Formats: sequence, C-alpha cells, structure tokens
Amino acid sequence: MDAVATRHAAAARAAAVPRPDFRRATADAPWVRRLLTAVALLFLAAFLLVPAAAVLWEALRGGLQLWWKAVSEPDALSAIRLTLLVAAIAVPLNTFFGVAAAWSLTRFRFRGQNLLLSLIDLPFGVSPVIAGMVTILLFGAQGILGAWCQAHGIRIAFAVPGIVLATVFVTFPFVARELIPFMQQLGTEEEEAALVMGASGWQILTRVTLPNVRWSLFYGVILCNARAMGEFGAVSVVSGHIRGLTNTIPLHVEILYNEYAFRASFAVASLLFLLALVTLVVKKTVEWKQAASRASRSAA
Amino acid sequence: MSIEIQGVSKAFGPQPVLRDVSLSLPGGELTALLGPSGCGKTTLLRILAGLEAPDAGQVRLEGEDLHGRSARERNVGLVFQHYALFRHLTVGENVAFPLRVRRRPKGEVAARVAELLELVQLGGLARRYPSQLSGGQRQRVALARALATQPKVLLLDEPFGALDARVRQELRRWLRRLHDELHVTSVFVTHDQEEAFEVSDRVVLMNAGRVEQVGTPAQVFEEPASPFVMRFLGAVNVFRGRVDGGRAYVGDLEFSAPSAGERSPAHVFVRPHELEVSLGPVPGSFAARVERVVTLGSAVRVELRAPPYGDRLEAELDPRRLHALDLKPGDEVHLSPRRVRVFAGRDAELDSLTASNL
Repeated sequence: MDAVATRHAAAARAAAVPRPDFRRATADAPWVRRLLTAVALLFLAAFLLVPAAAVLWEALRGGLQLWWKAVSEPDALSAIRLTLLVAAIAVPLNTFFGVAAAWSLTRFRFRGQNLLLSLIDLPFGVSPVIAGMVTILLFGAQGILGAWCQAHGIRIAFAVPGIVLATVFVTFPFVARELIPFMQQLGTEEEEAALVMGASGWQILTRVTLPNVRWSLFYGVILCNARAMGEFGAVSVVSGHIRGLTNTIPLHVEILYNEYAFRASFAVASLLFLLALVTLVVKKTVEWKQAASRASRSAA
Repeated sequence: MSIEIQGVSKAFGPQPVLRDVSLSLPGGELTALLGPSGCGKTTLLRILAGLEAPDAGQVRLEGEDLHGRSARERNVGLVFQHYALFRHLTVGENVAFPLRVRRRPKGEVAARVAELLELVQLGGLARRYPSQLSGGQRQRVALARALATQPKVLLLDEPFGALDARVRQELRRWLRRLHDELHVTSVFVTHDQEEAFEVSDRVVLMNAGRVEQVGTPAQVFEEPASPFVMRFLGAVNVFRGRVDGGRAYVGDLEFSAPSAGERSPAHVFVRPHELEVSLGPVPGSFAARVERVVTLGSAVRVELRAPPYGDRLEAELDPRRLHALDLKPGDEVHLSPRRVRVFAGRDAELDSLTASNL
C-alpha cells in the first residue's frame, strides 16, 4: 500500500524555486560593434540625411523670398488647400474606422476575425497605384458606378472626391494598426469594471478606453495624417492633374519638376519635409509618453 | 440579499466549465468559492456579476431572476484580481466613477467619496494616481470603488492573490472586520484554503465545474464530503484498503467506518497531525522508518517510509514532542492513526496515487 500527501497552494508557491540567472555577456568584439555602427550611420547619412539636406538646400538656395514666392503662388496655394482638405476628411474618417476596427477586433470574438485583421493590412500590401486604378475602374466614365454617377451629376474620378477615396484607402491601416496591439496588451478588465459599475458603452469608450489608448491613437493619427498629405501614387492616378483644381502638394511638386522649375519644386517639397520633421518629433514625444504610461502600468 | 443559483451550466466551446451548479447563499454572509484553478469558481463569479451568461440555469437575487439583466443594471460591486483601477484617474476620481456615470449630484459624489476613502483608511490619498500606491492600497481603492453605489452584492475575484504574504494577512482581517460592519452579502473567489477559512462564514468547495461541498470552515474541514475535499484542504496521507460491515481494513489495521457500505474497496485518509508517532509498538500501529525531519516553524513535519503501507507518509508533530522522541533519519518508529476518514468506492485518481506499492 502506498500513501501520498497532497499539499495545497502554499507548497505550490514554495516549489517556485528561484531560478539561476542565465544571462550572459553576449556582446560581440568591439571592432564588430564599431563596424556595424559605422555601416548603419553611413547608410542613414547616404539615404536620409543627404537627400533631406539637398531638398532644404535646393529650396532655400535662392533665398527666402524666392521660396516664399514659390510657396505662395496661386497654384501652390491651391495644392496646399486641397492637401489640407483631403487630410481633413481622410484622417477623421480613418480615425473613426480605426477605433471601431480596433475595438471590435480586440473586444469581441467573432467568425472572420482573422480575415478582417489581415484585410486591414491590405492597403499596406497593395501598390497605391492600384488603389487609384480601382477608384477609376469603379467611378470612371466606363466604370461600374461611373454611369450612375454621371447620370446624377456626381464627379468622383478626376475630381476631389476620387482623391479623398483613394487617400482613405491608402491610409486606412495606420490608426487600426497602431491601436490593435496596444489594446490587446491592455486587456479588458478596466472596461469590464466600468460596465459593472453601470457605465454605458459610450461612457466606457470615452472615459476608459480612449483615455487609456490616447497616445497610441494620437500616434496613429499623426502617421495617418503624414501619409494622407504625402500620398502620391494613388492620388496621381485619380486626380487628372488639373492645376489649381485637383493637384495636391506631391502632385504639384512633380509638375513643377517636370517643367524644370526646380527651385519652386524644391521649395514646395520642403513643406512636405517640414511635415516629416513635425511627425518625427511628435512620434518621439508619443513614444516617450507611452513608455511612461507603460511603466506606470507595470507598476500598477 | 440572498443569492440563489439553480442548475447553472456554462461551457467555453467544447470545454464545460460549470456543470449544473446549484447554490443558495443567505444574505449578509461572506462566502468563499474555494477550489483549484480551472474549477469554474471565477466563471461562477462572473456569471453573478453579469459578465458571462450561463448556458443553462438561473441566478436569483432576493428572489428576482437576473436573466436578461446586464452587468450594468445589476448594481453589484466587483473587485478584480488585479484591481482594474483606472490608471488615468486619481484615487478620488476612481471611487467617484460609478457615481459619476450615474450622474449623481456633485456635492453628493464628493461627500460619498470622502466617506468611502475614510472607510478604507485612505483619507489623505484622494489625489494620488493608482501607480503611486502600494498593492494593498490599490486593493482598498478597488474595494471603495466597488462599494460606492451601495451594491446589493459584493463580489471579489482572488482579492488577495497579487499581494505579498504580510499584506495579505492584514487585508484579510481588515476585510473581515469591514464585512462585520457593513453586512453586505459578499462572495469571494480564492484557491487558498487558509484564506477562505480565515475570512468567510461559509465555504463552497468546487472541483471540475461542480460544487463538492458547502459548509462552515469547521464543517468542511472536520467532515469532508468527498475525497477531493479531504485532499484539497491540507496535506493528507492516503491508504488503500477495503470496507466490510461497518469496518475499514488497511493491511493489518482495522478502523470503525459506520457509514461505509458492504464489501467494497476504499480509501482511508489520515491528516499528518492525526498520525501519532511513538518509539515502541502500540495497539493499532505499524512500523515505519524516518526519512527526513522538516522544521516548519510552529510544527515539525516528519517524512516516513512504511512499506507496504506507504512510501511517502507524513506526520506532523509539535517541536516538543519531536524533542522528546529525538527522531533522526533512519530511526525505526511506530505510527498509529488517531483519526481516519473512510471513503468507499473506486476513485481512479486516488488509485493512481496509491497504486505504486501494491
């Protein structure tokens, strides 16, 4: 006969013997480190810093006056206005859809969840040109919906609505992609707590979820905005390049360049470069904020 | 507020989590749902809170069927294992949250928050953020927040699980005192027998989605209803034997087992502190060899070998008794069970535990 003693939780805890520290110095030889660092820095300089400096140099070579003239001539102003308009429509739309997609993908379980998750990435995988072509195919004169649009006097292809549609398509993933991993990591406990305390769905969203994800959301919006303003391929296909009407900043830069108006072209391009700088600074700030809030959470 | 649970079942996919659970919890009591992880206790708690819907069965609160009542409408207080405090809100705002979402007047909210923070002894910390608090303080904030709307029922999910041993001790006693003050019907989930016994009026032992036994801590410990309860509530020695005509037999030993049936295999359980160690043979004893002596603080555990009775037996002595016996590994001693509990019938799990030596 045999006898066995069962023990309860206290013993299970005691069984968690402290593990030896397996961390080891994995550092490479100093020359490897230096070489790799040098290669990385050189690469960065060659492909990022030099072109950026060249843009700025070309833009400002003729002096601030010339730069201002190029940026403030009517066609340039119209391109700036259009770019701002497109971003002002596409970014809020994709912020809304991004939050909705992230919410449903991380807070519910349903059939086709994984399919939806990969579909969100589709615009990343498809060339923007295709996005533009699709808009033309659908809404162009020969398009499936084109005839109907024409009959009702709605212009989509080669007009502002087409540009907005193509931009929305291309920039769709940014907000959702930024939110989904963060919300997955966050879990649903706080939202459940709010629900049990009597909060409505809207109250949970605005008082618990959004405050928690605000930095991720902000970052997603910034990235989405940068892409919406800088998008070239898709917009190029649908815009029709009508000066003063359907030209965005990137298209205007191209037109000026093709007309050998190099200085003006670079001057307008420098606006996009400024946008990139702002995005970078915001990104760094947000990452820092996120790290701070993560730290406070892991302490929580 | 009494809670009636009738025939509640729940499965996640093909995995049954609760199987036909029925329970009746009288109002004003503090009840512990006790069981190993995966026994369904947390799911049962979430069903009470309205965060999960049962596949079958009914939950009634003071006679009123809760079916179709969402978590929002139930007015239960729930304390999560990891507190689920809103990290972007201060302690005061956290406690005010359930009142604010109900749009109570500002003055009332402020007064209630102050009162609750006083109750959980965090009066001065209203402006702190959760990340600036210790684990025990966070737990108390969570409790204050759960109590803010004067819920009919307070539910706590492993409330002390994430705290270190010292704080846990203090909080247990504090929770018990708080309950004695407020008398709100409370249910808490734990896997820690000691915790359940210390805090609760009533213990519900759960295993594999079923309720094994309900009773006061003393009842379930002294009169375990099943081998599972016996084994879950502390260490125990298990012997394989048989019963016949009101007697249980293990090797050459014989015990009275009035409730046992006729001629069936059985398991005989002896708690380590009810296994007497003596140097010479006494009536009803068997020989064993000391393997190891482990000091546990207020008690000493002696591990023994006694073929064919068992390879790994345990006896618990008080240190003075050990000193008198002067036990060392290799010593020959005699063991006599002072009290046994007999469970007739086959039990695959127990058989697998006892089969090695037969």
